[in-house]
Amino acid sequence: MAEQVAVRRATALRASGLIYRFGQHVAVDHVDLDVAAGEAFGLLGPNGAGKTTTIRIMTTLLPVQEGEVDVFGRDVRRAKMAVRRSIGYLPQQLSADAALTGRENVALFARLFDVPSRERRDRVAEVLDAVGLTPSADRLAKTYSGGMVRRLELAQALVNRPRMLILDEPTIGLDPIARGDVWQHVRDLRESTGMTVLLTTHYMDEADQMCDRIALMHEGSIRACGPPDELKATLGPGTTLEEVFRHYTGGTLDEQGGSFRDVRQTRRTARRLG
Amino acid sequence: MTSVRLGEPHAGSGEAVASLARLPNRIGALCLVELQKLRHDRTELVTRSIQPALWLLIFGTTFTRIRAIPTGNVPYLDFLAPGILAQSALFISIFFGIQVIWERDAGVLAKLLVTPTPRAALVTAKAFAAGVRAIAQVVIVLVLAALLGVDLTVNPLRWLAAVLVVVLGSAFFCCLSITIAGLVLTRERLMGIGQAITMPLFFASNALYPVAIMPVWLKVLSRVNPLSYEVDALRGMLVGTPHNLALDVVVLVVAAAASISVASALLGRLAR
Repeated sequence: MAEQVAVRRATALRASGLIYRFGQHVAVDHVDLDVAAGEAFGLLGPNGAGKTTTIRIMTTLLPVQEGEVDVFGRDVRRAKMAVRRSIGYLPQQLSADAALTGRENVALFARLFDVPSRERRDRVAEVLDAVGLTPSADRLAKTYSGGMVRRLELAQALVNRPRMLILDEPTIGLDPIARGDVWQHVRDLRESTGMTVLLTTHYMDEADQMCDRIALMHEGSIRACGPPDELKATLGPGTTLEEVFRHYTGGTLDEQGGSFRDVRQTRRTARRLG
Repeated sequence: MTSVRLGEPHAGSGEAVASLARLPNRIGALCLVELQKLRHDRTELVTRSIQPALWLLIFGTTFTRIRAIPTGNVPYLDFLAPGILAQSALFISIFFGIQVIWERDAGVLAKLLVTPTPRAALVTAKAFAAGVRAIAQVVIVLVLAALLGVDLTVNPLRWLAAVLVVVLGSAFFCCLSITIAGLVLTRERLMGIGQAITMPLFFASNALYPVAIMPVWLKVLSRVNPLSYEVDALRGMLVGTPHNLALDVVVLVVAAAASISVASALLGRLAR
């Protein structure tokens, strides 16, 4: 019995019966999730499917209205600060401060996460190096390309040495080369640290390549969940993830079901990237 | 890549006490960011000095000459300088809410809120950052005032008290602005409200003229306006007019504390 417990992987994130309402609108509808430590887990769905709301509850940005969520065994409702210390979060928008240098952007988060001052300089340099930004660390972030800003944000999220990285649409608005570049860094990171990664995306190819398991989300609820290959296999050989998605939801990933604000924010991000 | 490591599980006990102990650290971090931004782009420092310079140069020197406003044995320009100083600090901090809305739209606020920083600490840190930003502006206005011949104190303790007063006043107006931001949620509306309230705040204070010559209704407004207390203290400290520093500081501390609590309570609205 004791051995079995030891062999079973620890749970990074568990949500059960999660419901979130914005007024009358049910944005998250009875969501259950179980993400194992070290796993790369993707929430896949069109804009407005409830992916971002789900993530915002897990990061403590939104209150838990109904249901239970724990991150590494800590209740999100009760142990907010401990949960925040265990995650690194990249919001959907390009959120580096353009008026600061890359290094200053990372140093701010090192301070806010209480990295001891004697370690701070090295830790900041270490994560900037890990994302390949050492040569441009002392340039203002406004001179960075979109892909560089994303990598900078990855460095900001990593400076705290989080146990789980939460990425909300990390490649939205990026060109294909920058997208590949961002994913390569996330892959390297997983390889070297075994970090848990929870991500949302509406790019099926990315989910297919990056994730150990995916959950297909539509209109606030999870319609199917499993490894991408298994999900595809249920519909027979040669099936694409897009077809799987259509099968389970009756919708497509291109639907612009998001609220005006979602769409506006996505556009703004795309515009900032030129 | 291999150098990045996974963190240890965090105990996270006694967070309430610990977060209070970390407040100075948070304040320091956000004040530093404010200074770094100023260092990278100094144009704002210059453009924001134009208005106070005009008030001192044109309004101040003219009214000093015509002696229309009775300020006792203090020249009008000396009377006016602390008022303009408080005004320029007000103008900076009253639009800090716009920065918060910008940070919200850009996702910066979400990231800040996911750090182990209680909302009240984040707001307090912003309030002090506004103070630091205002001090930078105030230094320029003071240099200008000194060049125009305003007889400023040379006592370093009085300077220190003046700095404290500017920080407290800026903290109040900054949090007032964040409160409005939390209520209206858009930059456009906040701009409109900011524009609508700054001049009334300025005119309904003792910044331009002594309370003694005000009509009764304006005296009442001036009495409840924290800007008046800021100006009273600054004027007392910098040019030595009669003042009530204890009362001024108490009013400013209470106002700042109250506005920090209200703004913190509303910050959650901006997170949604």
